[in-house]
Amino acid sequence: MADYETHEYDVLVIGAGGAGLRAAIESSALGARTGLVCKSLLGKAHTVMAEGGLAAALGNVYPQDNWRVHFRDTMRGGKMLNNWRMAQIHAQEAPDRVRELEEWGALFDRTPDGRILQRDFGGHRYARLAHVGDRTGLEMIRTLQQHAVHRGIDVYMECTITQLLKDGDRISGAFGYWRENGRFVVFRAKAVVLATGGLCKVFAINSNSWEGTGDGHALATWAGADMIDMECVQFHPTGMVWPLSVRGILVTEGVRGDGGTLRNINGERFMFNYIPPMFAAETADNEEEADRWYNDKVNARRTPDLLPRDEVARAINAEVKAGRGSPHGGVFLDIASRRDASYIQRRLPSMYHQFIQLADVDITRDAMEVGPTAHYVMGGVRVDAESTASTVPGLFAAGEVAGGMHGSNRLGGNSLSDLIVFGRRAGMGAAEYASSLSSLPALNSSEVDAAAAEALAPFDGNGKENPYTIHRELQDTMQSLVGIIRNEGELQQARARLEEFRERAKNVTVEGNRQYNPGWHLALDLRSMLTVADLITRGAIERKESRGGHTREDYPNPDAHFGTVNIVQSLKDGELTWRQEPLPEMPADLKELFEEDH
Amino acid sequence: MPVAHLRIWRGDDEDGDYREYDVEYGEGMVVLDVVHILQATQAPDLAVRWNCKAGKCGSCSAEVNGKPRLMCMTRMQTFTPGETISIAPLKTFPLIRDLVTDVGHNFNVARDIMPELKPRQPEADGTHRMHQIDIDRIQEFHKCIECFLCQDVCHVFREHPENLDNFVGPRFSIQLAQVAMHPLDTNPKRDMAKAEFGLDYCNITKCCTEVCPEGIHITDNGIIPMKERAVDVYFDPLRFIGRKLFGGKEKNQA
Repeated sequence: MADYETHEYDVLVIGAGGAGLRAAIESSALGARTGLVCKSLLGKAHTVMAEGGLAAALGNVYPQDNWRVHFRDTMRGGKMLNNWRMAQIHAQEAPDRVRELEEWGALFDRTPDGRILQRDFGGHRYARLAHVGDRTGLEMIRTLQQHAVHRGIDVYMECTITQLLKDGDRISGAFGYWRENGRFVVFRAKAVVLATGGLCKVFAINSNSWEGTGDGHALATWAGADMIDMECVQFHPTGMVWPLSVRGILVTEGVRGDGGTLRNINGERFMFNYIPPMFAAETADNEEEADRWYNDKVNARRTPDLLPRDEVARAINAEVKAGRGSPHGGVFLDIASRRDASYIQRRLPSMYHQFIQLADVDITRDAMEVGPTAHYVMGGVRVDAESTASTVPGLFAAGEVAGGMHGSNRLGGNSLSDLIVFGRRAGMGAAEYASSLSSLPALNSSEVDAAAAEALAPFDGNGKENPYTIHRELQDTMQSLVGIIRNEGELQQARARLEEFRERAKNVTVEGNRQYNPGWHLALDLRSMLTVADLITRGAIERKESRGGHTREDYPNPDAHFGTVNIVQSLKDGELTWRQEPLPEMPADLKELFEEDH
Repeated sequence: MPVAHLRIWRGDDEDGDYREYDVEYGEGMVVLDVVHILQATQAPDLAVRWNCKAGKCGSCSAEVNGKPRLMCMTRMQTFTPGETISIAPLKTFPLIRDLVTDVGHNFNVARDIMPELKPRQPEADGTHRMHQIDIDRIQEFHKCIECFLCQDVCHVFREHPENLDNFVGPRFSIQLAQVAMHPLDTNPKRDMAKAEFGLDYCNITKCCTEVCPEGIHITDNGIIPMKERAVDVYFDPLRFIGRKLFGGKEKNQA
């Protein structure tokens, strides 16, 4: 029998980024005994890296802004594949959540009359992003972290969950290990909130920290939850490309929001050649109008530099393929020639710091070299818009691990606001569910023993495979065959390779003991990554169209049928199955907001 | 490809030693890249803590050639070719294994000092008004990424670990300051400089400011103003000097 410690909670929150912290705060405020588990130290989650801001229709800079405009921007950015109700709740509740952060101590940059300043970002009609320079995520996570600590919530740091536990069909807790000493821990809980973030560590060029291994997506899948639209992965248009050491590290969209423009090797502002029909009516078609727009949103149309991320990423990809890229295989992002040095340093201090320290580039004097980087997954756990409940009783999901909110492409700034809007709702949903159970669900000790045996298996491997090698090869495969531009042949090839990786992973062997052993930790994370790589690839095969973050060169256009369905995947008898299911129907009064499009 | 000569601490709190490794690395790399290559090729169980590799999370703190630094922001080109680079865990905190230390003390301090904001009532429209000029200084404190390099280098702790119980340290001094100076806060300010925070232990050598990867003026903008608010002015070295100069009664702790 496995040796482990046990803790009991009404609500267990897995993940302590923005969504997890906000969920734990809400659940605890509602009186539920709440535990919070995180893979890293508190305050180090990927939220800390978010730069540009959080989108909320506060109307501080443009009083014309309101939730309907934000809702419409979000749906159009997602190419209408979004769960309309999630997008509506998000747009309606984000302003209150931002003001709440301020009450808890967050200090956003200010307008001249002392209100929260808002910045321009891609796909948002009005300047809408509350921000703190270009380190908004740090402000948000620290504010939530300090608030959670003041509430006395139990935090389990550097503790990794490897499996959810079930009592029949419903959740009964989670199994994991302490990174420090490798000992096992069982959390018994009435409800579990997944707030585990993303999965872009399956791609070779990505903007994610080591934690982004898709644990929550995999845990939910293994527990039998429905997953939707996993093929929709966002390749952020601007990651660093040089030196190789920093390839993929994010360059905030705020550079373009604050006046930066994309140029090819000939100095041409090429985005004017890539304006899609859907956005033509509201996008400037000449440089003069585009530049005027920064100060005059009423009489000028938006610069194409700030088209939604999927459009810009594809455009950069096309320029590089056509031989018009920068020396290191990206394009140029120029703010130096367009804004003065003190403005750049005030608005973009982290970018200045990042480029001067890591790339010897002074962004107040020279252009940056940038290219697409795997950044975010729109797909995820299928949830109920109101409560964030998944299809498994007792399992909730919020933030990047949840699907639906962003459709096939997320607008910049909509992630941080998503975290606090749906983090709060997850805390409410989970606490309410927990209060409906009179006692803790039963713990199945054979399930725990099996989880422990699986976790220890890499110590008894046959020595043939190194987890670091398989991870690198998996990343290369996903990058080259399931990347920004996809086709049937390469996707099928990827499936076959994934099958090989799964076989090889059975022989993964780790050296050393259970005490803070990164090789072992990676071997366990590899299980998650193989599962999510499979979900992405199968989803990409099934969605035979191009939409948002999912681009098929063999089906280069959006398809009317696929625009009305989610690709739903779930585990049945140990095998992944997939099917198409219709999107929830938008009510007539909201549909009217889109009529001018037709 | 160039080869790095590394000398890395391997071991736990009971037993350990420096071990030497030669690692091939590429152009533009940082120390953390080289450590990752070492893990993937020669030492798969080498314990190292890291997250973002972009200087934003403050996880990969270590002592590189004896200097507290973030490994992800220390470029290989800053060393002379052929130089042996030593990498050791933070000295002030208990060792877990290899380059990973137990920094849990800092999280306990964050929990125990409880400098919670008590905001004033919002305006009639439900929002708060604050002017940029009034928040510039505390926004500087908010840049802290909690790498704890300042706590590591602070000689109050470094030479006397028992002082971890007597002084909150540079990181939490600025956390106290950021709440004390918050324009919305309605807490009685005096409470923020209580003797139990141990601000009098700091004698302003500014080592913390020197190692801060965010360039926060921890001492000048945070600790000194907080000392000036201290309840017992006699515990404050600055005022002590002032009294010396201007003929006040002397009494010094430093």
